[in-house]
Amino acid sequence: MEDKKDGKLKLFLTLFLETLKISAFTFGGGYVIVPLLQKKFVDGLHWIDEDEMLDLVAIAQSTPGPLAINASLLIGYRMAGFAGAMVTLLGTVLPPFVIMSVVSVFYIAFRDNRIVSAVLKGMQAAVAAVILDVVITMAHNVIKDKRIFPILIMLAAFAVTIVFDINVVFIIIVCGVLGALFMRPKKEAEK
Amino acid sequence: MIYFQMLLSFLQIGLFSFGGGYASLPLINEQIIKAHGWLTMSEFTDVLTISQMTPGPIAINAATFVGMRIAGIPGALTATLGCVIPSTVVAIALAKIYYKYREMSVMKGVMNGLRPAVVAMIASAGLSIMVQALWADGIVSFAADKIDFIAVAVFIASLLVLRIFKPNQIAVMAAAGVLGGAAYLIMDMI
Repeated sequence: MEDKKDGKLKLFLTLFLETLKISAFTFGGGYVIVPLLQKKFVDGLHWIDEDEMLDLVAIAQSTPGPLAINASLLIGYRMAGFAGAMVTLLGTVLPPFVIMSVVSVFYIAFRDNRIVSAVLKGMQAAVAAVILDVVITMAHNVIKDKRIFPILIMLAAFAVTIVFDINVVFIIIVCGVLGALFMRPKKEAEK
Repeated sequence: MIYFQMLLSFLQIGLFSFGGGYASLPLINEQIIKAHGWLTMSEFTDVLTISQMTPGPIAINAATFVGMRIAGIPGALTATLGCVIPSTVVAIALAKIYYKYREMSVMKGVMNGLRPAVVAMIASAGLSIMVQALWADGIVSFAADKIDFIAVAVFIASLLVLRIFKPNQIAVMAAAGVLGGAAYLIMDMI
């Protein structure tokens, strides 16, 4: 009984600390958190497999509000139900909350500080590399199955988001419908 | 009363901003600047600039900033709470549906369609961050003076290190911040 309680406490603590660390480094928009969460919870801790992770990101995108909040909330929920979701929510909100509270008091000095902006510029290039690194791995996983439909969806969705300034909700609906129509798993008998 | 108004405003911002950071900007503009005058347009621009310099979602940053300005830490808490309540409720409801029905063939089909699209959307977000980081004006150009060579070097070095050694990403970002930042400061002095 005690062990179970300890295990749960340890799970909550890990969830909290990992999302706290990750959130403190998600510069430049919600998508940045996805590679970080992926690396930690899929590749590092092996708590969630990659398909389920992508499903959770899709759900996060279908949910209103910041993607970073939604994605980590869902990982918490997956690992430990509602309480887990609250723990990861807190872990994710705390860094921007604390930093912004402090910054709001002397924000002009912060905004115009040359060292701050030089460090951030250096970091931005690495953020791009981090995303590209994870995208290469994910895209490779889609391509290596050699199934034409997922590859087409990936290329089409990429082209559409690059060329048109289109709301992601629209892409999600279209791809979800296409999937329901054409990508349902084949029945065992047909194999 | 001001707390209640802030809660209500940020509930709306949280509830109606679909599709990533910048989708929330028009709503923040509408609620915070036009409807309540909690920030001026130039303060709002500052919030955006600072949001890009600090971690976390723009909506959360704006909520904290506005809340702090108006009513200190309790204000920041109220506004942030308003911002995350809709996400929490909707995300958990959708997750419940997903985990209940994910063995159904229709649900599997939907998810099979969504996964490659999610990869594509992450890729395109990555591409725009890359353009922003590597070109001085954030616009792709082949003119040598428009390319930020320090950023290109940091980018290539980070990518190689990540692919080959598979280190902790946060360590790579921190190292890039220190080394890249030092390079920018030195270039400025020359």
